[in-house]
Order: sequence, then C-alpha cells, then structure tokens
Amino acid sequence: MRILWILFFLASWYSGAAQAALDPAVLRQLADDDSDVKIAAIQQIAQSADPLAERVLKALADDGLAVVDTKILILEDEQAVDAATGAAVVPAPENPDTIVVNNRVRSALNAALAALNLFNPDRATRFSATRALAQSADASIAPLLTRALQQEKDPEIKEQLTEVLAFANLQNADAAVRLAAVKTLGASSRPNVRNALEAQLSTESVEAVRIAIQASLRAIDGRIALGEQVGRIFSGISLGSVLLLAALGLAITYGVMGVINMAHGELLMIGAYATYAVQSAFRHYFPAALDWYVLAAIPVAFFSAALVGILMERTVIRWLYGRTLETLLATWGLSLILIQSARVIFGAQNVEVSNPSWMSGGVSVVSNLVLPWNRIIIIGFALFVLLLVWVLLNRTRLGMFVRAVTQNRPMASCVGVPTGRIDSLAFGLGAGIAGLGGVALSQISNVGPDMGQGYIVDSFMVVVLGGVGQLAGSVWAALGLGVVTKFLEGWAGAVIAKIAVLIFIIIFIQKRPQGLFALKGRFVEN
Amino acid sequence: MINRRSILKATALTTMLACAGIFTVPAFAADTIKVGILHSLSGTMAISETALKETALMTIADINAHGGVLGKKLEPVVVDPASNWPLFAEKARQLLTQDKVAVVFGCWTSVSRKSVLPVFKELNGLLFYPVQYEGEELEKNVFYTGAAPNQQAIPAVEYLMSKDGGSAKRFVLLGTDYVYPRTTNKILRAFLHSKGVADADIMEEYTPFGHSDYQTIIAKIKKFASEGKKTAVVSTINGDSNVPFYKELGNAGLKATSVPVVAFSVGEEELRGVDTKPLVGELAAWNYFESIKNPTNTAFIKMYKDWAKKQKLPKADTAVTNDPMEATYIGIHMWKQAVEKAKSTDVNKVIAAMAGQTFKAPSGFTVMMDPKNHHLHKPVFIGEVKADGQFNVVWKTKGPIKAEPWSPYIPGNDKKKGEPE
Repeated sequence: MRILWILFFLASWYSGAAQAALDPAVLRQLADDDSDVKIAAIQQIAQSADPLAERVLKALADDGLAVVDTKILILEDEQAVDAATGAAVVPAPENPDTIVVNNRVRSALNAALAALNLFNPDRATRFSATRALAQSADASIAPLLTRALQQEKDPEIKEQLTEVLAFANLQNADAAVRLAAVKTLGASSRPNVRNALEAQLSTESVEAVRIAIQASLRAIDGRIALGEQVGRIFSGISLGSVLLLAALGLAITYGVMGVINMAHGELLMIGAYATYAVQSAFRHYFPAALDWYVLAAIPVAFFSAALVGILMERTVIRWLYGRTLETLLATWGLSLILIQSARVIFGAQNVEVSNPSWMSGGVSVVSNLVLPWNRIIIIGFALFVLLLVWVLLNRTRLGMFVRAVTQNRPMASCVGVPTGRIDSLAFGLGAGIAGLGGVALSQISNVGPDMGQGYIVDSFMVVVLGGVGQLAGSVWAALGLGVVTKFLEGWAGAVIAKIAVLIFIIIFIQKRPQGLFALKGRFVEN
Repeated sequence: MINRRSILKATALTTMLACAGIFTVPAFAADTIKVGILHSLSGTMAISETALKETALMTIADINAHGGVLGKKLEPVVVDPASNWPLFAEKARQLLTQDKVAVVFGCWTSVSRKSVLPVFKELNGLLFYPVQYEGEELEKNVFYTGAAPNQQAIPAVEYLMSKDGGSAKRFVLLGTDYVYPRTTNKILRAFLHSKGVADADIMEEYTPFGHSDYQTIIAKIKKFASEGKKTAVVSTINGDSNVPFYKELGNAGLKATSVPVVAFSVGEEELRGVDTKPLVGELAAWNYFESIKNPTNTAFIKMYKDWAKKQKLPKADTAVTNDPMEATYIGIHMWKQAVEKAKSTDVNKVIAAMAGQTFKAPSGFTVMMDPKNHHLHKPVFIGEVKADGQFNVVWKTKGPIKAEPWSPYIPGNDKKKGEPE
C-alpha cells in the first residue's frame, strides 16, 4: 500500500514537472529592465501554483537566473535547467548574464517566496516566512493569510500570523475590520507597524478608528522606547566589558605591580594576532572545525602574550623597578619594537579575523532591539576572565606571593619568597590576561599592527579611575565608563563623547588622585 | 682607528642603501623617468590605499614592458606616509626635491590631499588624485581622476529618492569626521533641501577615524527609521572603520530592504574582510565596478590578478579591482599620453597637454579629461552588494558626465571659474 502511495506521488510529481506550465512570456518579463514589469511577473509566477515556481523565484533571489537567447535558465551548481519546462540544458552555457534584482524587486521577491512557504510542512520554514511577510504584507495577501491562519497549529506562528494579517488589513475598506486590525497591532512593537499606523492616521476618516490608532501608537511608542533604553544599557555594558578586557592585564602590571607599561596595547595586539594565527592554522589543517578556532585561540593567545611579557620583564623592566620615568620610556620603546615586528611578520595591512558562525547575527529581544551574539559572548568572556584573575590572585599560592611581594617586598623576601621570579610570573600573568583581551578585541574590531595604540589610553583611564591596586575598582570604572560613553554618544555623537569622557577623567583625577577605590593600610608606603 | 671608522661608515652606508632598496628600485640607469607613489601602506587607510600602490606599480610595469614613455623606462619611487596627514606633506616634499620625480600618483583622503597641496604648489609639482572627493577645489598642479560630487554623491541620493531606490524620504548622513564627509554632507543637505526634504528628516552623524564601536549609531539609525517615512543611510565612512560598521549592521539585523545604506568609500576591496551575506542589497555609488562586463575590463582584471599572483600579495587568489584602482590606471595612462604629446615631462607642458586627453577605460566608456577643469568626464554606476562581495549594477548613466568641482548647491560657487586661476 505504501509503495503504491509513493508510486502515485512520484507519478504526479513527475507529470507535474513534465507539464510544467510556467508561461515563457511571463518568465521573460523577469528579465525586463523595468522593475514594475519584473514585480508583476514575480507575483504572477508565485500565484501559478506551479512546482517550478519556487525554484525559479529562489534562483532569482540568489543571482542564479540567467537569460540565454530567449530562454530563462535556472543555474544550479554548474548545471542549467530551463525554467519553463524543468528540463536540463546540456551543455550549460558559459558565463551567462544573470538577471539583476534591486532592493525593491528583492522585497517583492521575499514576500512572494514567503507567501509560498506559508503552507510548508516544516515549522522553521513557516516561521521565517511569517517573519518575512511582516515586513511587506498588504491587502493583496490578506485572503492567503486568513487561510494560513485557519490551518496553523503552532501557537507562536499563529500569534505572528494574526499580527501580519492585522497589518495587511490596515487599509481594508470596512471600518470594523480596520478597527480590529488597529487594536491587534497595538500589541506589536515593530517600527514598521508604527510607521504604517502613523500613515493610516493621516488618512483615516472614521473617528473611532482614529482614537484606536492613537492608543495603539502610544502603546507601541512605550515599548519601542523601552527597547531603546535596554539597548543603550546593553551597548554600555558591552563597551564596558571590552574596556575591562583591555584593562584587566594592566590592572595587574600597573595596578598591582606598579609598572607603567606603555607596551600594554601591544600585548593586546599579540593576543589578537595569535587568534589570527590559530584561525589560519585551522583553515589549513582542520577546515571542518573552523568554527571553533576561537576556543583554541584562547590558550594560545594567553601563553604567547605571557611569554612576550616574561621576556620583556626579564630583559628590560626588572632593571628599572622603582624608576618610573625610565620604565615609561623603555616600555614605550618596546611597544614600537613590537609594532614594527608585527609589521615585518604579518604585513602592515590589517588581517582578517572572521567571526565564527555562532558569533554572527543576534538574538531579537524586542523586535526593534537585536542583541548581537558577539557582544553577548564577549560580556560572558569578560566575566570569565575576571573570575580567572580573581581566583589566581586570591585563591592560589602564586597569587598570595604576588600580593605579598607588592605589599612588602623586603618582608616577603625575608620569609623566603623568590621575589624576582614572582615579579616575572606576575608580569607574565598580566601580559597573558592582555592576550585574552586581544582575542575578544579581534572579534569586534580590526586587527592590525597599531591596534594596541587605540586601547592604551582607554586602559590607563580605567585603571587610574578605578584606583591603582584594585581589581574591583577597574571593574566598576570600566562599566561606568562604558555606560557613560554610550549615553553621551547617543546624545552628543561619538567625537564629543570621547572628548567629554577625557575631560571628565582629568577633572576627576585632579579631585581624587587615588581613584574610585583607594587602598587603605600601612603597607602602602609609596 | 681611522681604518675601522671608515669600515663602519661603509657598512652603515651599504645598510642604508640596502634598506632604501627595499622600497625603491636602485637607480642604475640614467635615462629613466622617476614617478612618485604616495599612498598609506600602514595605518587606518592602508585597507584602501595599498591596492592603489599595487595598481600603480602594475601599470608602470606594463608601460615599461611596452617600451616606456618617450623611449625611457618609468622608475617608481614608493613612499609610505602611514595614514599620518602631516607626514604626507613631508613625503611629498621628499619625492619632489630629493627624488625629483616627474609626477606623483597618490593620496586617498581629502585631508591628505589638503596636506600635500601647498607643497605641490610651492614646488610646481604634478599630482594625480585617484579618489572620489567633495569638490570645492581646482588646482593647477592637480588632476582629479576620481569623481566630483555630481558624479557620485548627487546621483546616488537621486537614486535613493527614485521609485526603484525605495522612494526614501528621510536621510541619515553618516561619516568619518574630516573634510570630505563634512563637505559632501553639506552639499547633500543643500541638495535635499532643494528637493523639499526638511531638516527634521535629515540626521548627520560623525565618528573619529578608526572608530570601531558602531552600536550607538546603529541604534540611532533604527530609532530614526522608526519615526515614520522610508529612511536611507548615506555613508561616507572611510578606512577600516567600515569593517566594524558593516559587521554591526549585519549582526543587528538591519536589512537593505528596510533601510538601505549607500556608501561612497566602500568598494570591492573594503568588503573583502567582511561576511557580505547579511549585507546583500546594500548600495555603493562609483564610476566603475569589477562586475562590469566588457573586454577592456576583462583585460584589466586579468592584468591585476596576474600581478597579485606574481607579486605574491596577501590573499592574491581573491584579489579584486575597484573604482580608485581604475582611476589610478586611467591617470597613469593619461599622464603617459600627455607626456608623449608634450614630448617632455616638464610640469607646465604636461598640464597643457592633459587637456582633452581621452582613454578607453575599464568602465566600458571612453573617458575624457575636461579641457579646462582638470576633472574627468565619467559615467556613474550604482551597485548593490551581492553575497560574494561583488556588486550588481542596478542603475547607470547613459554616458560620461562632466564633473562640477564647484557644486551649485553651495552658495557663492556660481561665481567661481571652472578652471584653475
């Protein structure tokens, strides 16, 4: 019995394909120069219920539809199919001219494809189809939507369909339908719904509908404003987490050890280049696992930056402890050497570090607010690094030694702490943490030899503002600076915000040189 | 002692020469013509300018392979002003006084061009500037082979306002904070006023060079777009900031079908570092796209791809061509033709011979240097980004149009002469 069914199905499918009735004349209109003609043809094809219709429209959307002589061909990985008959064309023409669609045609195309997909058995396909229709629904597809709504079982899709249907009914001739539509739309928070409602308000003649529109508009405005506030706070926290990642390493080398490390930015750069190197290695050796290169890059970046840090400490910085000005100049020199080395090894141009697919795109919280995955993951990563540093400093023997040496070097030395080696390890730790910051930065900004220069000022700002010698201070300072910068940017623009933050910090440090959180106690001798 | 010192000196000298050799071809032949190449090979603009240096070297090598100019070989002198505007002036002076180059091909940002202008005027040098710019300038010592505003910005905005461009009614003018975006946006604002767009429907935003956090800007664009009427973004962001900008745009789910972005400084080269799948449909306006099909362009693309492979450029297998590269190529060839017409590399004679030069450009049109205003007559194309990072041409002019360096939308420009003083 089942075999019979399959045979029947195959036969009907085959006959459908063989007698496909896409009118060649309509197909040729797809290649017309006039967008109006193209859109009309797209709608005609979408309504033809032909099995080839979806394939043709998909090919058109993906630049895979070509005109050869008078025939329209679908190009699918090196083979060509006649769009009118579904028969393969052998041999496939070389370098055919594909049909160009512009944004206007693409909108119509997306709507047509979505309409075709409304009855797809796959839930995910139906879901994305309703979402796509939400951008472009109009009265012409209202009957289709009603039919889809009746058949739909999934509650989430049903809810979306109801909203799309209301959107499509907004200009219905019947005032009662309009009123119901407006009321439904009050629950939406999409900006294009708001625009449509506002447009309707200016032409609406029935008083009751007008009042309903105004009420719906107020409800939508409230939700959009809320989304904006949440978005602003999120971007502030996101910037804060970036600042924190950039500054945490410095909080150890400068904050705890007191070394003014002008090469800190270059340690970030080393971390970012390590990420790039790991990505290239993955591309070459394990292309299948390319998506996970970032995880492998984390230890590589940590250890390569830490190694460079220890080298710097052993060769230059250890001879200059207690001589602030010399340290500053020497580390600045080191930073120039590191930048130039990166130029020699990797070239002066920026290198491309791509986001793995799980870090692209975003999660839609409210429909006018999309939180990008890469930002969310970086906030999480900042928390992880913070925890790591805290545990290392407060819960390990190394951390205890580091604290002991910074608090009272002679006493630590007396009780047998190898102060010299602890200095190297602590500096290496700070450098390694900077390397971790570099991994995060590589995911959101450009990776180039002088990328570190842009972060050195920010990092010092965070550490100094937070109070030297305090991890907690750095955390609050980074978050505070992030949120304040983002609010200022929203209000006065990026250029002014940058200036204002710098001025604020100068004044703040004048009034309170010890920073937000000052270390108290008798060990702070200098 | 003396002996040792002289050995030291000799070693130092050879080292210096060897170092210089990395950047310049040693001057072994006396009868060469030196030409300067002044493009940032490091810093924020390297993303765009490095390809122009390669194009210039390729074109020069090609001219040399075909017999050179006036029977002499061209000898390129490459310097790196490192996206540092004052350094541009220093390097320009070095090219003109020490290397004594006959002509300089270079600059991308307008701020770098403004920085070298006094040097070229003082020393009567000759500069070919290959990038679209804001106009408001007409110098005897400069030939502009990129677009003036009426050859790029104005047609692009007109397209956005057309039915096919989405009938945009509200505009976000977004740019990097320096002279080109500011002036272009001033012109565009005046143009939009003339089309009846009110100030409330125009939002202007600027970011510093190298800015990499576009969250706020994207949120602002979304908010602006949600306040009614179709919105479009006109981007004059320059340099590597474009990569984080487009990344953020893709991640935030702002699609070209709802809010299209048209860019004036983003081409095939800048998009190489970006995943273009979420960006399908974003626009760019130029006088050339790699995707244009004609024999001249096919030959040009092949020439550059071969060059990239031969020079082992990074990512040579995905090498692309773009508008400023085409403009560099046109500029060098036009200079060659002018030198041959003048039978001399003397700056004044070459300037006179440049007037009315024509060249069959890869854009598929024969472009002409205006007899008076030092700008090219160029065709205008508007392209939409495809998933593979190339552009589909969705609109073009019928033929080359004449440049208007003094935009009629800026008050007082009607009195200015269309030729250098």
